[in-house]
Amino acid sequence: MDATQQFCTFFLEGNLFGVPVSEVQEVIQLQQITPVPLAMSVEGMINLRGQIVVAIDLRQRLHLKTRGSENVPLNVVVRTGEGPVSLLVDEIGDVMEVEAASFEEPPETMPPSVRGIVLGVHKLEGRLLHVLDTEQACRVQTAAET
Amino acid sequence: MDEIVRDFLIESGENLDRLDRELVLLESEPNSSELLASIFRTIHTIKGSCGFLGFANLEKVAHAGESMLSRLREGKISLTADVTSALLATVDVVRRMLSEIQASGQDGGIEYSTLLQTLASLQERVQAAQSEEESDTKDSKQVSEPRGEGPQAKAEEQEHAPLEEAKPDREVPATANPGSEGKDLSQRRPSPGKLGGVLVERGQISAEDLALALAEQEHGDQRRVGEILVGLGLCKQEEILAAQQILEMRGRAAGVETVRVGVTLLDRLMNLVGELVLARNQLLQWASQDAGFHTIAQRMNLIAGELQEEVMKTRMQPIGNVWNKFPRTVRDLALNCGKEVRLEMEGQETELDRTLLEAVKDPLTHLVRNAVDHGIESPEVRTRRGKPACGCVRLRAFHESGQVNIEITDDGAGLDVERIRAKAIERGLISADQSLRMRERELFNLIFQPGFSTAEKVTNVSGRGVGMDVVRTNLEKIGGTVELQSIAGKGTTVRTKIPLTLAIVPALVVRCAGQRFAIPQMSLTELVRLESSDAVETVHGAPVYRLRGTLLPLVWLHEVLHPAEASQQEDRREATESLNIVVLRTGKQQFGLVVDDILDSEEIVVKPLSRHLKNVDVYAGATIMGDGSVALILDVVGLAQRSKLVGEDDGEQKEKSEAVGRVSPKDEQTLLLAEIAGESRVAIPLDDVARLEEFPDSVIEHAGPQEVMQYRGHIIPLVRLSQVLSAASAGTAFQTPSVQVVVYSAHGRTVGLIVDRIVDIVQERIVPESVHPRPGTTGTCVVGRRVTDLLDISAIVTAALDIKEPTIAETQVS
Repeated sequence: MDATQQFCTFFLEGNLFGVPVSEVQEVIQLQQITPVPLAMSVEGMINLRGQIVVAIDLRQRLHLKTRGSENVPLNVVVRTGEGPVSLLVDEIGDVMEVEAASFEEPPETMPPSVRGIVLGVHKLEGRLLHVLDTEQACRVQTAAET
Repeated sequence: MDEIVRDFLIESGENLDRLDRELVLLESEPNSSELLASIFRTIHTIKGSCGFLGFANLEKVAHAGESMLSRLREGKISLTADVTSALLATVDVVRRMLSEIQASGQDGGIEYSTLLQTLASLQERVQAAQSEEESDTKDSKQVSEPRGEGPQAKAEEQEHAPLEEAKPDREVPATANPGSEGKDLSQRRPSPGKLGGVLVERGQISAEDLALALAEQEHGDQRRVGEILVGLGLCKQEEILAAQQILEMRGRAAGVETVRVGVTLLDRLMNLVGELVLARNQLLQWASQDAGFHTIAQRMNLIAGELQEEVMKTRMQPIGNVWNKFPRTVRDLALNCGKEVRLEMEGQETELDRTLLEAVKDPLTHLVRNAVDHGIESPEVRTRRGKPACGCVRLRAFHESGQVNIEITDDGAGLDVERIRAKAIERGLISADQSLRMRERELFNLIFQPGFSTAEKVTNVSGRGVGMDVVRTNLEKIGGTVELQSIAGKGTTVRTKIPLTLAIVPALVVRCAGQRFAIPQMSLTELVRLESSDAVETVHGAPVYRLRGTLLPLVWLHEVLHPAEASQQEDRREATESLNIVVLRTGKQQFGLVVDDILDSEEIVVKPLSRHLKNVDVYAGATIMGDGSVALILDVVGLAQRSKLVGEDDGEQKEKSEAVGRVSPKDEQTLLLAEIAGESRVAIPLDDVARLEEFPDSVIEHAGPQEVMQYRGHIIPLVRLSQVLSAASAGTAFQTPSVQVVVYSAHGRTVGLIVDRIVDIVQERIVPESVHPRPGTTGTCVVGRRVTDLLDISAIVTAALDIKEPTIAETQVS
């Protein structure tokens, strides 16, 4: 493992999260998300320059509170094995370079529902950077409710 | 993978397909030396290339096949079914090795010793029968000598492989240009089309060296130039090989000017054109504001349209690519069942989209196998029935009205209506009572029902009762249809219709819960608007509507998509005053989808859904609308399944099959379809039409403000339908050199209706209900998958000519 790693960071409910910079395609603000009825885990679809991309709300994915309507989400478009996916976040942060040494596995007390998505945390000065597994975050249950 | 190896694989794949075809053909024309030469050349090319690339196992197999062929060519053995089968088996092994190479880069791991033994024993057997080979010429001996001794000889011969390689030189030009050996002498100038020429060109030998070799030949040396050159030590074996490769490439390039382009690149191009079409749609919305801008946008519109068409063409492939496999399939199968079957193909060049081609492959194969296995009788039976012993399966493909038609016809026994009837009753598909009311054609089409098979014995080929059902499902998946006609004792025809492409489809855009959805036109049958929801009745809680006497189950799109709000749905249903019903057909079932609003019909570019949404069966894909927003495309089959319409509701099914018997011809009306104002289509009841005429523009004269024309000694008024029906195009009279006139005659009046184009005359059951009735129409219906305005001619004539006398149909206009 390299001594340092770069993360694209963003905020969800005031907490700092990050995904490796290499996995991020772009960050954009999009006005229009087309909802997909019956697909509950997916927030909707966006038109990314002619490409239709699925948007996943990270708040919902991480079982956080539903975002208020006044809070317009940002799209962090990440590359996955199956094409780009947009992750909806509250606010975008800086690109941070962190020491590999500051990493620690998530505590046992972390809810099992987010285990696997949150790989662990980097202990930064004054706060913790949650590291997300991009592929896992994009792997949502798609079985339609009946 | 190595570029050369990849090219070799692609090319060999094509060559193998050709081999299959030619070998089967050879069986019917065993004396065609041309065909044999071509087969020999093909297998020799494969052998040569794999020796060059170092695939020793593959080379061995190809070599064994080649030596068998060379025996055939020399007439030492004759072509029996055994020999053809062995040769085809060789092709199969080569094909397996090629896919092995593709997968692992190696040609090992495929068992082929049995094949070599079969080939060798066949040759020996035939050889034993014919023993006068010693008297052969030196030349043919040279070819046959190392090859006749079975597999043991092969390994030893492997060492001589490079020398063997020199022989393309011997074979290729000789067959292409027999008797050319002597001409080499007079023509001392090195020719770029000959091996020597290439060597000189590459500077590997001098022109003098070549002349020397040619002189040798002149003096009776029977060897080819390459061998002589090597023999004289003037150039190396590798150089000869390289030169041969060049020679072959040149020969190929001289054929048709084509470029191999990767399929992914084509797909990408297609996607980009899709984007362009969308961008164009957006542009056109903006362009109406400025005249100059508008002109540019229009040009762009034209170019984009043309580009779209051309790029579509690059994805088109002839159906022959799929059919190529069939001669082999039919041959093997016929041999298997002890039948004699001839395969005829017509329209191999008919093109359709690559993805569709892939999708029709299996259904077509199944239908062809069925025709041979079930359709064609055994030779004895055929002879007894006074038919030629050899049965015939005919494939025919052609384009018709934007679709590809494929017919599979056999001249076999045909379907036995009574057996189907009995079977269907036995399987509980229909009741005995119903069966009596069904027409022959409806009974035939029962064989497409799941679990239906009339084959008396289950063979390993077909007859398991899943086939036809799967055929239909697969074809319907791509928007195709299939129907069957049969005459007992004469044969059966299965006719399938397939759309040309799936990438860009016409669709109806509807609104539900504030969101737009697209419904592909191909599953749309008609649109119905109910002014009051009173017409909706319920069968045990399930809402239905009586559409021309048949109960049409209704599905509220809102309820399907938002089941969580189910409690409020009842109220919604009550509250809505009018209903928009989109009548959809899924093949087995017709149902009405209730939507909030019907917006427009549009050409949409279908984009596949991401994996995240694959499990949601009600969507077939997504598309980007003119304003840049994303809209979902509804999957009609998925909707029906989700609404529990298919499979479970037996009552509905019965109701429907009973209804089938009740359809009386008087529900059908003959309509004249015409185009007005560019794209829109109108239907005119043919009963009202006296004649269809085409006149030069100059016949139009004026009587006051009214356009008139002299017609059969009378003056008749003319009505431009485009002006009457759409205010937008009023005043823009079309400046065409001729006019299409529909002469209408009723109530003692004769009037000429001017349309842009006469499209067709069809028999359709039409909807009396109106969706958004415009003045002069009685409603809108779907005819031939296009939304069409149904004209109220009396009203139009009355309105246009300002006639005060009452007419019968006047009351219908709302």
